Amino acid sequence: MSTVSTNSATVAHAVEQDHHEPQSFWRTYIFSEDHKTIAKQYLISGIFWSIIGISMSVIFRLQLGFPGMKMEFLRPILGSWINETGKLDPDFYLALVTMHGTIMVFFVLTAGLSGTFSNFLIPLQVGARDMASGFLNMLSYWFFFVASVIMFSSLLIETGPAAGGWVIYPPLSALPQAHKGSELGMTLWLISMALFIVSQLLGGINYITTVINLRTRGMSFSKLPLTIWAFLLTAILGLISFPVLLSAALLLIFDRSFGTSFYLSEIYIKGEALPNVGGSPILFQHLFWFLGHPEVYIVLLPALGMTSEIIATNSRKPIFGYRAMIASMIGIAFLAFIVWAHHMFVTGMNPFLGSIFMFLTLIIAVPSAVKAFNYITTLWRGNIRFTPAMLFSIGLVSFFISGGLTGIILGNSALDIQLHDTYFVVAHFHLVMGAASAFGLLAGVYHWFPKMFGKLMDEKLGYIHFWLTFIGIYLVFFPMHYIGIAGFPRRYYAFTSYDFTKNIFADMNSFISLAAIFTFTAQWVFIYNFVNSLIRGKKSPQNPWKSNTLEWTTPIKPGHGNWPGEIPAVYRWPYDYSKPGAKDDFIPQNVPYSQTPESNLPHENELISLEKEIEAQNLNDQFSQPH
Amino acid sequence: MVFIVAFLIIVFLGIGSVLASRMASVIKNVSNGDAKETGEVRIGLSNRINGILFPVFFVLGLIAATWSFLHAKQYFLPEAASPHGRHTDFLFWLGMSIITIAFVVTNALLFIFAWRYQYKEGRKASYYPENHKLELIWTVIPAVIMALLVFTGWRAWRDIMAEAPENAQVFEIVGKQFNWIVRYPGVDNNKLGAYNYKLIDSNNDTGIDYADEASFDDFVSTSELHIPANKPILLKIRARDVLHSVFIPHLRVKMDAVPGMPTRFQFTADKTTDEMRNITGNPDFTYEIACTEVCGQGHFSMRIRLIVEDEASWLAWCREQKPLLTSTPELAARIPANLKAKAAKYLPADVTAAPADSSTASLSVSGAAIASSTLR
Repeated sequence: MSTVSTNSATVAHAVEQDHHEPQSFWRTYIFSEDHKTIAKQYLISGIFWSIIGISMSVIFRLQLGFPGMKMEFLRPILGSWINETGKLDPDFYLALVTMHGTIMVFFVLTAGLSGTFSNFLIPLQVGARDMASGFLNMLSYWFFFVASVIMFSSLLIETGPAAGGWVIYPPLSALPQAHKGSELGMTLWLISMALFIVSQLLGGINYITTVINLRTRGMSFSKLPLTIWAFLLTAILGLISFPVLLSAALLLIFDRSFGTSFYLSEIYIKGEALPNVGGSPILFQHLFWFLGHPEVYIVLLPALGMTSEIIATNSRKPIFGYRAMIASMIGIAFLAFIVWAHHMFVTGMNPFLGSIFMFLTLIIAVPSAVKAFNYITTLWRGNIRFTPAMLFSIGLVSFFISGGLTGIILGNSALDIQLHDTYFVVAHFHLVMGAASAFGLLAGVYHWFPKMFGKLMDEKLGYIHFWLTFIGIYLVFFPMHYIGIAGFPRRYYAFTSYDFTKNIFADMNSFISLAAIFTFTAQWVFIYNFVNSLIRGKKSPQNPWKSNTLEWTTPIKPGHGNWPGEIPAVYRWPYDYSKPGAKDDFIPQNVPYSQTPESNLPHENELISLEKEIEAQNLNDQFSQPH
Repeated sequence: MVFIVAFLIIVFLGIGSVLASRMASVIKNVSNGDAKETGEVRIGLSNRINGILFPVFFVLGLIAATWSFLHAKQYFLPEAASPHGRHTDFLFWLGMSIITIAFVVTNALLFIFAWRYQYKEGRKASYYPENHKLELIWTVIPAVIMALLVFTGWRAWRDIMAEAPENAQVFEIVGKQFNWIVRYPGVDNNKLGAYNYKLIDSNNDTGIDYADEASFDDFVSTSELHIPANKPILLKIRARDVLHSVFIPHLRVKMDAVPGMPTRFQFTADKTTDEMRNITGNPDFTYEIACTEVCGQGHFSMRIRLIVEDEASWLAWCREQKPLLTSTPELAARIPANLKAKAAKYLPADVTAAPADSSTASLSVSGAAIASSTLR
């Protein structure tokens, strides 16, 4: 394969692959090129950002749930954002909403989820020593890190962070005189996001190359675990759509700083008519949502992929409809690019486009429904072990269904007129994309923690964490639909200005806020469990979940290069669980059919003759020479 | 203070449950010390507890959902006062009933299967990797239901977004930080005059262009929009500074206001404010217009009242209003010389030299005015 270089250094490397010269602390833990270390760096960063992001939501939920509340106790943290009367500053409320969205979507669910698990699992599950380019992978993390530092620093400046909503629609975001959050905070937001996109592209190219070029012998695409399919499609989505966001951001930077008029036209603000004419704010929305919609699937697909793996393993059953799952993921990934304008039904876009996008949007429900039904059928007649990862996966399926169904209402442009930008939308996407993807992330951490750190997490705490979170999230977002149906607009600092919101649902809003605080508090069980298990966790066996995929054939704590000897070859698909006739209820992918005559299906006996061929294939090993 | 107490209770509950579980695992460790040594992941009581919790959660959740729904129902989709609104409300509840059935059935299957097929010693799961017929069924059924919903939704959308009829009464609403300004076409020619954002100043906050004689009788308001009932209304929408969005909840109207790109929404209000007061039983009821596109600090308070009245009293009200030109005679300076005569009737006597007849509108002049409005 093209990735195998033939210089003498590589040969030397191959000979002594088990005993490297020890690398310095910096190269091992900080500027590491090892995919496992980079994955852990992403995970820790993701956890850090999620604490900040969710804390923000708790603060603005306090404002929404208890409008008259004195928040002096937050002054040590928020300073003058709590005004003289002890209330949350309305500008800062918008900043909180904006940063909560930005952080959760990009820094937690894109970097924290896909960054962690694509990095960790792709080489381990396809049977590769490392990513195609360890250096690019390291760069990807450090671009993300710099983006994080800049975004974090924007929280600390006097005018506050960006505050025009996470969608940063111009002209509000383009005109510093329009809003406090459009001053320095917005500049930092744009710089940070530009760097973030660079990081995503470096990562995505690496994921795609690794999956295509570095699969081990016998690992054909039809034998790839669904996790890898999901990561591959996610990376492709990101690679195609993130550059569009970059261009949208660059044009906005031009409008802000260099006097161009891409998004600005006929504006009179603060007693002054601006000279800009001919631009279109709608253009920005098209560009933004061309990323923004695939972004939903960028955060959701990895979660769905990991869930497929976890549900099959813990049901002790093959995933139902492996090919249908791949087909529906490809379908979703394709459709994700041609539905973006359903976010824009009432922006004044041509109504004919609205019709087209409604039609395309509702098509996406079909592959999504197929996935949900396949998960449910996988549970049917299984032999289910409720590990914490399994609980979170079942929770994910429930959220995916509950949140996805309301998408059928919102995707209908006629119904969207009333519901657009109300809490119905907020409830919808928090369930289907926020909570579902977060559950995918948590399921992944519980499931692969033993592989990452060689230790087991405490299961009981995992159960408690799951039930508190699962109940809490439904308590937050189920009643939120009601508020949306009543017409409450989102991003409102208070509901006191209008008769139609003034005297109703105050109790409901308080309830939702309490539920949000409850759910947030429950996450400390996880943090405690994570840290405690890192330090005091029980040592994990090599294959704690009796799983089939390749990562469990590595040593308990895989070293540099993942497998001490040759990389195992792959002979079968990853879902041979509870195969009739087999002695165990699982047969790992690296077990050849010739060793399991008792359980082979008729067509699999024919595959025995191909085994020699597979073994003779190019090793595809970055550490050694091709045959 | 209630919330602090509640918060503390939750914190303590959380800590308590953690402690309880730690104690439980300590006790477990004592009794099953040797079982743990094997390093195998044991499957026991916890599995059964988690299994039963799923159907329990489902049943309790369903009860809570039903109860809260019945409790909150009175506030849902506030009384619709437009024909298209009642139609979309019907489609909304139709869609909601379909998805509620899907929601209950799929979640029931998910939770019941989880409980029913939990781990049992010695049982083996069925090896059931695929069934093409089943896959086909659950691809086709959602596709058919979607097709139905798309078709009904598309027809409603097409009708709502159709061109306004010729006789529609036109109004203009302009969004700015942080209020709405409405402009009426006036009682004499019933036409909105041209505008140009560069003409905006403190006297003329919607930028009315007085080179267009249709502007002379236009009048503006920042407190109320009066519209006639049972007559097609064409709302012309624009924004002065940043994005806003016109939202009239009771009329099911929502459309963004975009600087540089005028938008519109046509509808008919078929219940007057007084009728709505009777229907809702709320003597203080009033229609309201809100902003639903984040526009800055005052986004949450861009309220303007909407008054729907029968056509006769609406017309009578309009006749009482003074054109902006009359209340702000300084604007007369912007009227080109050839139109000064036509504007005279709107101006106090001391501003114009000679009174003139202004009952007819000349096509060529208004054409020129439109051309000037597109010049920037």
